[in-house]
Amino acid sequence: MASSPVSRATGRVAVPVLGLIWLAVTTVPFLFMVMTSFKTQQESFSSSVWTLPEAFNLVNYIDVLSGSFLTYLKNSVMVVAISVLLVMLIASMAAYAFARIRFRFNEALFGLIVAGMIVPIHITLVPIYLMTRHMGLYDSPFALIGPYVATSLPISVFILTEFMRQIPKELEEAARLDGCGPFTIYFKIFLPLSGPGLSTVAIYNGIMMWNEFIFAYVLTSSTSTRTLPMAVWDFQGQYASNIPAILTVVTLTSLPLIVAYAFGQEKIVNGMMAGSLKG
Amino acid sequence: MTDISTRSAGGGAGGTVLSLRKLAPVIFLAPAILLLAVYLLYPLVESFRLSLLDWNGLGTDARFVGLDNWKKLASDALFWRAARNNILLAVFSVLIQMPIAVVLAVVLDNAGRGSRILKILYFLPLLMSSVALGVLFKYFYDVNFGPLNALLDYVGLGYLAQDWLGDTRYALGAVIAVVCWQYIPFYMVLFMAGLASFPAEISEAAKLDGASESTIFWKMKLPHLRGTFRTAIVLSVIGALRYFDLIYVMTGGGPEGASELMATYMYRNVFSSFQLGYGSTVASAMFIIVILIASVLLRFSKRYETEI
Repeated sequence: MASSPVSRATGRVAVPVLGLIWLAVTTVPFLFMVMTSFKTQQESFSSSVWTLPEAFNLVNYIDVLSGSFLTYLKNSVMVVAISVLLVMLIASMAAYAFARIRFRFNEALFGLIVAGMIVPIHITLVPIYLMTRHMGLYDSPFALIGPYVATSLPISVFILTEFMRQIPKELEEAARLDGCGPFTIYFKIFLPLSGPGLSTVAIYNGIMMWNEFIFAYVLTSSTSTRTLPMAVWDFQGQYASNIPAILTVVTLTSLPLIVAYAFGQEKIVNGMMAGSLKG
Repeated sequence: MTDISTRSAGGGAGGTVLSLRKLAPVIFLAPAILLLAVYLLYPLVESFRLSLLDWNGLGTDARFVGLDNWKKLASDALFWRAARNNILLAVFSVLIQMPIAVVLAVVLDNAGRGSRILKILYFLPLLMSSVALGVLFKYFYDVNFGPLNALLDYVGLGYLAQDWLGDTRYALGAVIAVVCWQYIPFYMVLFMAGLASFPAEISEAAKLDGASESTIFWKMKLPHLRGTFRTAIVLSVIGALRYFDLIYVMTGGGPEGASELMATYMYRNVFSSFQLGYGSTVASAMFIIVILIASVLLRFSKRYETEI
């Protein structure tokens, strides 16, 4: 009883203090990254890490951007765009069948596909590596599309099936009376009405693919075929002890998603949560 | 049901009526099933087959050795150390992430207007690729130029400075800290959703009855989060068992295997030592371990399933 005002007072102090402590914990590594990226290599050796850069030095940015960085960016955009579109199409088709068509094995098949979510992708790595070599796709950005789409399917089918089950039956019954077949119903009714589900699928998988490392590392090997996460890896080898240049690459590779985040934080947070929760 | 059938073009006198309605599920499911068969199911089976071979992955000199690789695995101290590290990662992920995430969720729950902006900023690490984070923290921990040691020095704790990633005693802990740093905000958002679903009328009523804020939290809100805790623990453990990227980038599993995980050990066997057979054995064993633990956890959490 008596402790109530006291605990309220500690609460009033503790809330902002804890909030700010975690803000510091979160931002300190980022501060180090951005600050260092504006330093020259000379500066990074001679001055202490936490001294501010002497000037707003863009030398590293110019250096990195005039190198092969844009090739990595281009590959990433291409691979992720194609893969996300394919996932949305293929997963929504399967989801429509699971949600609305009655056939034998419907539930069994759905369960099997959804179970694919817990498979650690590492077990597929060696066989996919060998297969990719056989198919002649090794060291091509296109080699990544198959694994990216396939590993995204279980979670996407799950999200979209759940979503389509909520779409009112009356709509398709009306369409069926008008003589529409399943394909028309899928394209004209389910696809347009699944917007929010599709955007969750696109956001979650898009971010996962954008940051994907192990397939990109194993299935591609040249600068001209690799995606952005590999830029960090490759530049790290190339610049060796030029810490500011490497951290510039890290900053630049992180920038596209941070910019996207600035425009739609809620959507991205919700998409990431939905994707990981179901998965 | 109005059945809309179409006569197939080849339907002759026998009257082969191919119902488009009947074929529909096949057509809708074919692309998904094909891709999953090629890129998930086949590799799964193939991995077990490769685990029975002695092969460097290059020529055609693959030799069938039966269960030799599996016997080797059973007594391979390096593999079991890696598996132990996975378990440690799982246990410490849960022990460190859950309490901090709950505290932060409660903080943001009470932070009023500032909570939105804090949540957005806290979430940033989850958007970073693991390679970017790995490289960033490699330099963050650097023994000579790293800001962490500089920071310790600055606040007079210089004697605590270490070669964080180069010392067998600290490497695994240093990496676990980064994993927690990245994922705590994720669980925080999860717990925030759990707290938000706590009915406001109940806490109002409890307050009228003279319950203090802390009583309401410990006796009512925390038990309300039970379901969320279960979800969080399942996610965190399964994630820890198949972890790879960040550790591979930061330490490569070293020094001397101190931060080796099952996945990094598999990778080294295949792509550094070119032992495709044995690497596949490690991958297959990892698959079995993950599936076993995941199904136990899922069954356990389902039995008590409540709302998330």
